[in-house]
Amino acid sequence: MMLARVETNTATRTVLEVRDLTVAYGKVEALTKANLVVGEGQIVTVIGPNGAGKTTMLSAIMGLLGSKGEVSFDGSVEGVPSVERMVTRGMNLVPEKRELFGEMSVEDNLLLGAFQRYRGGKRDHRETMEEVFGLFPRLKERRRQLAGTLSGGERQMLAVGRALMARPRLLMLDEPSLGLAPLIVREIFRIIAELRRRGVSILLVEQNARAALQVADYAYVLETGSVAMEGPARTLADDPRVIETYLGLGGKHQDMLAT
Amino acid sequence: MNLQIAMLLGQDGMTNGAIYALLALSILLVFTVTRVLFIPQGEFVAFGALTMATLQAGHAPALVWLLALLAVIATIADLLAGRRDTGRYRFGTGQALRLGYPFVLIGLIQVLPLESLPMALQAALTLALVVPLGPLCYRLFYQPIANAPVLILLIVSVALHVAMVGVGLLIFGPEGARTQPFGEGGLELGPITLNAQTLWVLTASLALIVALYLFFERTLYGKALRATAVNRVGARLMGISPVFAGKASFFLAALIGALSGILIAPITTIYFDSGFIISLKGFVGSIIGGLASYPVAALGALLVGLIEAFSAFFASTYKEVIVFTLIIPFLLWRSLTSRHVEEEE
Ligand SMILES: Nc1ncnc2c1ncn2[C@@H]1O[C@H](COP(=O)(O)OP(=O)(O)O)[C@@H](O)[C@H]1O
Ligand SMILES: [Mg+2]
Repeated sequence: MMLARVETNTATRTVLEVRDLTVAYGKVEALTKANLVVGEGQIVTVIGPNGAGKTTMLSAIMGLLGSKGEVSFDGSVEGVPSVERMVTRGMNLVPEKRELFGEMSVEDNLLLGAFQRYRGGKRDHRETMEEVFGLFPRLKERRRQLAGTLSGGERQMLAVGRALMARPRLLMLDEPSLGLAPLIVREIFRIIAELRRRGVSILLVEQNARAALQVADYAYVLETGSVAMEGPARTLADDPRVIETYLGLGGKHQDMLAT
Repeated sequence: MNLQIAMLLGQDGMTNGAIYALLALSILLVFTVTRVLFIPQGEFVAFGALTMATLQAGHAPALVWLLALLAVIATIADLLAGRRDTGRYRFGTGQALRLGYPFVLIGLIQVLPLESLPMALQAALTLALVVPLGPLCYRLFYQPIANAPVLILLIVSVALHVAMVGVGLLIFGPEGARTQPFGEGGLELGPITLNAQTLWVLTASLALIVALYLFFERTLYGKALRATAVNRVGARLMGISPVFAGKASFFLAALIGALSGILIAPITTIYFDSGFIISLKGFVGSIIGGLASYPVAALGALLVGLIEAFSAFFASTYKEVIVFTLIIPFLLWRSLTSRHVEEEE
């Protein structure tokens, strides 16, 4: 627990800084005074059990939910963020439910990911789409297929690809491995690492703590609406409490899958 | 009934049916994008027809003052909303254009020789006057409650419909009006003559439907509107704002309404309250399409037009009854066959 008090994320340049973020559903507070920092080019992960408030936190940062506190993105402060503004400024969320356009083709889904850029006069969606297809060759094969008919893994790839079409500075992923087969999970995490190489900062929410801690630079543990621990991902992965609660013993098999 | 009469009725039915089809598409578009059942759709038809008639009579349409009034109120509403959200009054170019626009029109109407303008210009001026009312209505009456339940939105629609009929009476008076036909003569096709107005209505409707199709299938803005209809949250996450989608769909609805009004004004006498019954028939079409399918809605509306024409011949007193009874078997069939589909995942 001492760890939680001393450590802070000392990134050279911060992309996202969240201060005292509080969200309530009616009278029930789902998130209480959460603080979080994502540095330029970092992967920061938020792990925690079901119902801890991870999805709530991402939704509030994005502006989908009303909140109290302060979100400063790319150097300027948003009181209450609005989704459209955040997208314009380069923040993108792949939500837990994916929210794909099921009755539209894979290609149209991707194209719509570039809507805000297109509106701002940047007409480079063709090249961006080729890059996304480079990352997910599967999507290219299925470009004419309706999004609603894709398999779970393909849907997840499409959701990530669609977000990438906006060329985000910060990509927020809500449980990208949820409900996917181990091999596909590995593929998704490979791509997350690849994205960082390309300079995208990532805020990753995961229940698959092992894989998340392995790929991340810095980590937060969220429990019942507040940050219980934080620290460099490697340090947290060795922390006895984290090991006991989130990693379990004898997880060598999962370890291998996650690499 | 001989072939001649059947052809005539068919022609009548097709003409009206084409208009109903346009309105059906418009009602469907507004509903899927904003969840608003757009009952005032018909008022845009009446306003379009009557404004065109006013221009042809050489009078300045008082509608422009309504436009100016709504633009002023919308500007004030925007300023107040800006102060609430950001603590500052913001007045951008968008607001300036919207506020200035009606006053430019007021000036134009003063100087133009209205009744001697070519008909195409009169039509353009009519659209310029009526269409902006669509997005303005969205801004003032629907945007503040965009997340309300469908029932609340419906109640607002009913209220807006009643208010607009009243305003229509105030602006255009109780007399009906008919405009000059677009062209003379017609087209001889064997035993029947298609009259010129029918041809105009059919071509214009078809052109508009094709244009809408291309807009929704080929352009990113059209796809963005469809995306909002398919998945509201997903669309917001792409930066497609619900306000943009709402205003755009109301713009299209007003455009389709006003254009329909201009098209039928030479065939039918339109009164300030004629719009409702016309758009209701379009609505029957969209119900046949299950408030979901565009092609089925368009075909349904065409069918409504044909049934109406033939029932007017065989049982003219029951014309409306027959048309509106048509909705019952379709509703039954829909409720028996449609399953409520849960959100995926
Ligand atoms: N729309 C909602 N209304 C009321 N309570 C909610 C709503 N969404 C989530 N909650 C509650 O907020 C808490 C945090 O949920 P969530 O953010 O989804 O957790 P996580 O993503 O970490 O699993 C849970 O107790 C959940 O029941
Ligand atoms: Mg969650």
